[in-house]
Amino acid sequence: MRLIASRFLRLVAVLVAVTFASFCMVALLPGDIVSSVLGPDATEEAREQAREDLNLDAPLPVRYVQWAGDALRGDLGVSYRTNQPVAEALGERVWVTIELVLFSQLIALAVAIPMAIFGALRPGSWLDRILSGTQLAMLATPGYLVAIGLMAIFAVKLGWFDTTGYTPFTENPLANLKSLLLPAIALALEQVAVYARVLRTDLINTFDQDFIWFARAKGNTTRDIVVRHALRPSSIGLVTLTGVSIGRMIGGTVLVETIFALPGLGRFTIDAINNRDFMALQGAVVVLTVGFVVVNFAVDILHGVIDPRIRMEAAR
Amino acid sequence: MTAAMVGAAHDSAVTIADDGVLKKDRLGISVWCSIAWLALLMFSAVFADLLPLYDPADTRAGIPNSVPTSQNWLGTDSLGRDLLSRTIYGARVSLVVGISAVLLSSVVGGLIGMVAGYYKRKVEAVTLFGADVLMAFPTLLLAASIVAFTDSRGLTTVVLAIALIYLGPTIRIVRALTLSTSNREFVLAARSLGATNARIIRREIMPNVVPTLLSMMIVAVAGAIVAEGGLAYLNLSVAPPTPTWGAMIAAGKPKLDESLYPVLVPGAALFLTVLSLTLIGDAIQKRQARNTGAI
Repeated sequence: MRLIASRFLRLVAVLVAVTFASFCMVALLPGDIVSSVLGPDATEEAREQAREDLNLDAPLPVRYVQWAGDALRGDLGVSYRTNQPVAEALGERVWVTIELVLFSQLIALAVAIPMAIFGALRPGSWLDRILSGTQLAMLATPGYLVAIGLMAIFAVKLGWFDTTGYTPFTENPLANLKSLLLPAIALALEQVAVYARVLRTDLINTFDQDFIWFARAKGNTTRDIVVRHALRPSSIGLVTLTGVSIGRMIGGTVLVETIFALPGLGRFTIDAINNRDFMALQGAVVVLTVGFVVVNFAVDILHGVIDPRIRMEAAR
Repeated sequence: MTAAMVGAAHDSAVTIADDGVLKKDRLGISVWCSIAWLALLMFSAVFADLLPLYDPADTRAGIPNSVPTSQNWLGTDSLGRDLLSRTIYGARVSLVVGISAVLLSSVVGGLIGMVAGYYKRKVEAVTLFGADVLMAFPTLLLAASIVAFTDSRGLTTVVLAIALIYLGPTIRIVRALTLSTSNREFVLAARSLGATNARIIRREIMPNVVPTLLSMMIVAVAGAIVAEGGLAYLNLSVAPPTPTWGAMIAAGKPKLDESLYPVLVPGAALFLTVLSLTLIGDAIQKRQARNTGAI
């Protein structure tokens, strides 16, 4: 419990520091916010008014505290590009990205776990070597390259999928999954390699432990041993990595979203960056870091659930 | 990228267990092919001006969207520019950015991480917090915002932006390495002989941290090249007319139905480069794990 409390405090501190840092970054870097809102031809009066509206003359810490107070109440301000409340815009976008990330993780784990098991059962065998080679190649292929490759083959050449476009889940669940399938595979491929490599080495270490030999001596089948005895103690590395990856991917989908023209969070953020849409960017940073921080927190707790030894250590 | 780094580190730490037997220290054919590819790439990138290539911006190098011919060995893009020449000139940006960004973050992050791991307590707490904050930003978006906000799409900005991505992970890894080294007996021995902190860091800690860091840097260069490609795809790397692989891919993508080559050629170059670096890094890490295991 103490462990959880201290982790939690640390995460809140990281959150505050990150939002403050991005706040400063936008405010201090060159480029006048007012001219980017109003355009270069605005009158002096309009500029004055805009400065007042955006509260630009107050000192930076004051502005940050004001903004953070509003943010805590769920008010992330209004985008001055689209005049849409930022919280509302983010609410529309964030589900696309979350669905995409979860979908791709599902694919990655579904491929990686069997790959790792078959490799670990006979390390050094031809099957293991083929699998390891495939994983290295996957590791070396950037997601955006996979995305474009998949698009070239399945959408442009074969015409099985649309090159771009997104159907909301509520409108047509099947079309929704279809529009996310190629992007999800593109995101999953790199993950497959990372996951399979980690789980494979962990499994090999577990297979060498006494309790596995004992289970074998009792006459359990290999399948039984893998599923019931070996997988759980070997999965800590995998769980950590999956958590870290999910946290990272929330912001890392931007290229795939751009390639497939998905209205997700990554695309939203990059648009905000390019347009210097200050409020929108600040809101996106909040959502991204909250996602990252919360996932990391969840991973820490999951460790204890999977491995009782960690719980014991923390309790001591 | 970072996950890949962590994964590779995790993997290499235990490779001894899976092979069981110590193999002869011989590099496989795949590693030699990788070295050959990188050597070829570097050679042509460095001497691009001397090679008999078309000007990468010359739109009259061939017929637009041409397939590979005897004039344009790898075809042309939709504006009739020679793809071989553009890919070689694009390699300059990729290699320079990849190598210098990782060098920069390794030197800076390595020093910070070593100090944090050695002095512990407050110094460590502050630096680790800083690293956490840096790592909480999504990597590509962090780099993208730096290039976009500073409004300068020069080589230096891109290098700095990508170096920043690797700063947090480097600090964390080096700190962990330093921590485990500084608990070893020879450090205690040096200290009891009256060595100063600076001397211990220089003579005892560094030789144990740097080799591991170097092998990770190779994998990190691959990641940095991928990141540069990503930035270029978003139109946030070195500005045109300088060709970059990412920008070439981005330009070719909407015209995939007309011609594959404008995407295929830079894409293949990127893939081979990253694969080569990964294979070499993997081989070095395996060897290092074997060597430390043998001691």
